Amino acid sequence: MKEKKDYLKIEKETKVRTKILRILTYIMLAIWGIIVLFPFYYMVLTSLKSSAQYNAEYVPKLFTINPTLFNYQFAFTTVPLAKYFLNTIIFAVITTSLMVVITILAAFAFARVNFRGKNLIFTLFLSLMMIPNELVVITNYTTITNLALRNTFTGLILPSITSIFYIYLLKENFAQIPDSLYLAAKVDGTSDIKYLMKVMIPISRPTIVSIIILKIIECWNSYVWPRLITDNPNYYLVSNGIQEIRQNGYGRDNIPAMMAAVFAISLPLIILFLIFRKQIMSGVSKSGTKG
Amino acid sequence: MSQKSPLEKVNYKGWLYLLPAILFLGVFLIYPLIDVFIYSFEEGYNFVQQTKYGIGLYNYQYVLHDQYFIRALSNTFIMVIITVPLSTGIALLISLGLNSIKPLKKLFQTIYFLPYVTNTLAVGLVFMIMFDKTDYSLGLMNMLISFLGFTPVDFIDGPHWAKMFVLCTYIIWIVMPFKILILTSALASVKKDYYDAAKVDGTSRFRIFYKITVPMISPMLFYLIITGFIGAFKEYSDAVALFGVNLNAAGMNTIVGYIYDMLYGSSGGYPSYASSAAIILFMIVLTITVINLLIQKKHVHYS
Repeated sequence: MKEKKDYLKIEKETKVRTKILRILTYIMLAIWGIIVLFPFYYMVLTSLKSSAQYNAEYVPKLFTINPTLFNYQFAFTTVPLAKYFLNTIIFAVITTSLMVVITILAAFAFARVNFRGKNLIFTLFLSLMMIPNELVVITNYTTITNLALRNTFTGLILPSITSIFYIYLLKENFAQIPDSLYLAAKVDGTSDIKYLMKVMIPISRPTIVSIIILKIIECWNSYVWPRLITDNPNYYLVSNGIQEIRQNGYGRDNIPAMMAAVFAISLPLIILFLIFRKQIMSGVSKSGTKG
Repeated sequence: MSQKSPLEKVNYKGWLYLLPAILFLGVFLIYPLIDVFIYSFEEGYNFVQQTKYGIGLYNYQYVLHDQYFIRALSNTFIMVIITVPLSTGIALLISLGLNSIKPLKKLFQTIYFLPYVTNTLAVGLVFMIMFDKTDYSLGLMNMLISFLGFTPVDFIDGPHWAKMFVLCTYIIWIVMPFKILILTSALASVKKDYYDAAKVDGTSRFRIFYKITVPMISPMLFYLIITGFIGAFKEYSDAVALFGVNLNAAGMNTIVGYIYDMLYGSSGGYPSYASSAAIILFMIVLTITVINLLIQKKHVHYS
């Protein structure tokens, strides 16, 4: 009788303890959620305050009673922010399309075609994956400068259209497609390219979509290379544009306008993320590199 | 006699398909890789006239004695030592939390991933204004600090430790999504059987964590530590976002920042010094990676 009571008591205590732990877990997760979201809130909040209002608040207020959209108008008209957007879109679209074509062709060669030296060159590719960008950027800078390609889209785009990692990722994906499909296609007299277009690409679509989105994110955020080879604002990308605004533009005296620009730059990627959440997260967990 | 199947047939078209990749990798990866070593040994190389005095180790000597490089080196090491363990630890804690709940899990995961898809240069400016303290604005962080009864500090133009604090905070904020993502999926892949068996034996939570969870996720944990080290050593744009392009003046330069400053901008025009610095960085990263791999061999459990 006594033993049974004790058992019930222990069970009750464990239940209470589990409940407390659960509550603590939720509190911790909520705190981290606030830490992540707060900068976004503060960005939007500040962008809605008028410049005079912001400067008048010695202690910043965490809300605003009379929000204004004027800063957005100001941010886009004072500097050619729309031009920076357009440049970044052109850069991202061309870079990504060229990269996808090169990646698909190379992955196809590695996964499906037999040729002498294939293993050797594949090993070479894999070992090149470890080379950090910082090591090669110096010569690339001189190459592009010597070719007189500074301040051109060609110069911006050329060095970033090959990604060994994506070739590797897609090759692994292609290699999973059963040989029997290929043999059947061969019997029907299908050419390699037709087989690639009609069978391999459709089957590997999820991976290709992941690669495309990750590359677009990378392009949208790229800063170092564009900074090195563009000093003409006509070719600035958004990262360089915002840096220029901060350093020499209205970022010095009109912080709400700068925050409006920051929000405008951040928004496209956030929307892209909310649409392609699954593909982005699975792609990132496979790749593990940023930028 | 037997006809070769199309799978075994040697097809030189393979090289054709690889041609674009090989061409671009050759020009923008392999050639520069060789060239950077040549640059680093060419003394007194003049970028405009393309002349040099001789071959030797002078560039390395110069870089290693340059006070800006020493500063960049020490800044980078401090950042690595602070951010890598802290971010990995916090990410592990959060992932454990995420894995133990069901309701709201998706929502939290989505929110936590947001910093990954933000433009570092842009969002860094938000951190800048949150931590900044100017004559006309106390700033958000200092509001909090004064509220708690401490003296306000200028985190952006103030003492070195304060700047380091903001930079490390921002770096951790930026790298967390990736770590949480990797650790959550690693934790989810640990078999339920192990936990059930331990529960039957009445094992304590801490012991379960230490004896089952950690060994099971140790490969991923080590992967994160290695990539964390490599990433932190290459830190640059986050610092630019917070302190502007003139990092030397702010005393907040990093190794990568030093390389770019040597190459370009008002202090630029010295590709040889930049190359030596880049090779020194590469050697440091390589050494740390090798050390990590050696430790990994000893401690990591592969099932």
